[in-house]
Amino acid sequence: MGKRLLLAAALILATALPAYADKRSDAKAQVSFGILVAQKNLWKEAVRSWERATELDPTYAAAWNNLGIGYEQLGRFNDARKAYEKAMELDPNNTMIRNNNDQFREIYDRQNRRGGR
Amino acid sequence: MIARIAAAAASLALAVGAAGCLSFYEIGVETPIQAKLDVTPFQRVLVAGFVSGGSKNIDPNTETARLLRSQLRTKSDLKVIDSDVMQLTDEIDRRKGTVQAPSPNDEPRIKNEQDLQAYEEIFKDAEYWKKIGAEYQMPLIITGSVLFTEVEKSGMVNKPTSFVDSQGITRYQEARTYSDLKGYALSPKFMFIDGRTGEVLYSEGFHEERLYPKDQNTPALSTYFELMDSLLPSFLNTLSTQKIRGTRFLLK
Repeated sequence: MGKRLLLAAALILATALPAYADKRSDAKAQVSFGILVAQKNLWKEAVRSWERATELDPTYAAAWNNLGIGYEQLGRFNDARKAYEKAMELDPNNTMIRNNNDQFREIYDRQNRRGGR
Repeated sequence: MIARIAAAAASLALAVGAAGCLSFYEIGVETPIQAKLDVTPFQRVLVAGFVSGGSKNIDPNTETARLLRSQLRTKSDLKVIDSDVMQLTDEIDRRKGTVQAPSPNDEPRIKNEQDLQAYEEIFKDAEYWKKIGAEYQMPLIITGSVLFTEVEKSGMVNKPTSFVDSQGITRYQEARTYSDLKGYALSPKFMFIDGRTGEVLYSEGFHEERLYPKDQNTPALSTYFELMDSLLPSFLNTLSTQKIRGTRFLLK
């Protein structure tokens, strides 16, 4: 019984791990492409790539961070806030994500204070 | 020679390696901040004039109207109406029946916030602004109050002080010293009025100060422009989308 369970677990792992690795590697490719086009100031295309990356691998903190930056640049502040929050949730000790979020929050809070007036 | 080539090759390999491993990229961003006011119903803007007072060294009403008109001409899509700057303080005095002859030493009638409050009722007079609006073909009207006052304070400031080091060379360092300061404070309140209805659409107040050592002679007008410079982006953002420049880190 124990051996069977162990075998089943090993089988699940053996099939799931390569699939996960594939998804992460596809997501990485999307993130890299997004960076490339963002550096050429093509932010809409960059956002599309990073959205695809987060769909492929929702646990990829860097993709969520970049998506936050992209949304911010396009003026989609509520989406940016959610993306940064997700990035920080996945990688709470990353100082660069925190720094990006802090700078964004300054602008976001200012805009919202106005809206509330 | 061989050692030099080896060193260059090693540093190149290191640089290529570093670029390959780079997991973050600093990137410049321009975050758009939406305009505070929807000005699409207007094609024209009238910077009418301001209730003003404080220092007698400048005329804050004329200077503010001139500055805002020139800024709006270059940084907004609205057509700026050229007209004489309205003397709102005189208008209110006329209404109150307290028209005053100019004092011999040009002392302003409004010296502080308290004096100013008595003049602010004009902004609630929708009929008056509607009439002004009709005169200028229903523009967006910008008015408000500007108080530019002299300020004197004492406090700690950083002053460069010189000293001679052990080798006999004169060096400078910043030292915090207690000093008497003087300067100016600028408190404008901008009001945006719908020229079709005379209603106030939006208003925003600011307060900025610049202080200098008491023995430094800084002209009032240059301080006024310096103070206005710091709040102009926020003023312009009322009417048009502004972009805030910054940097972010993209991650791999």
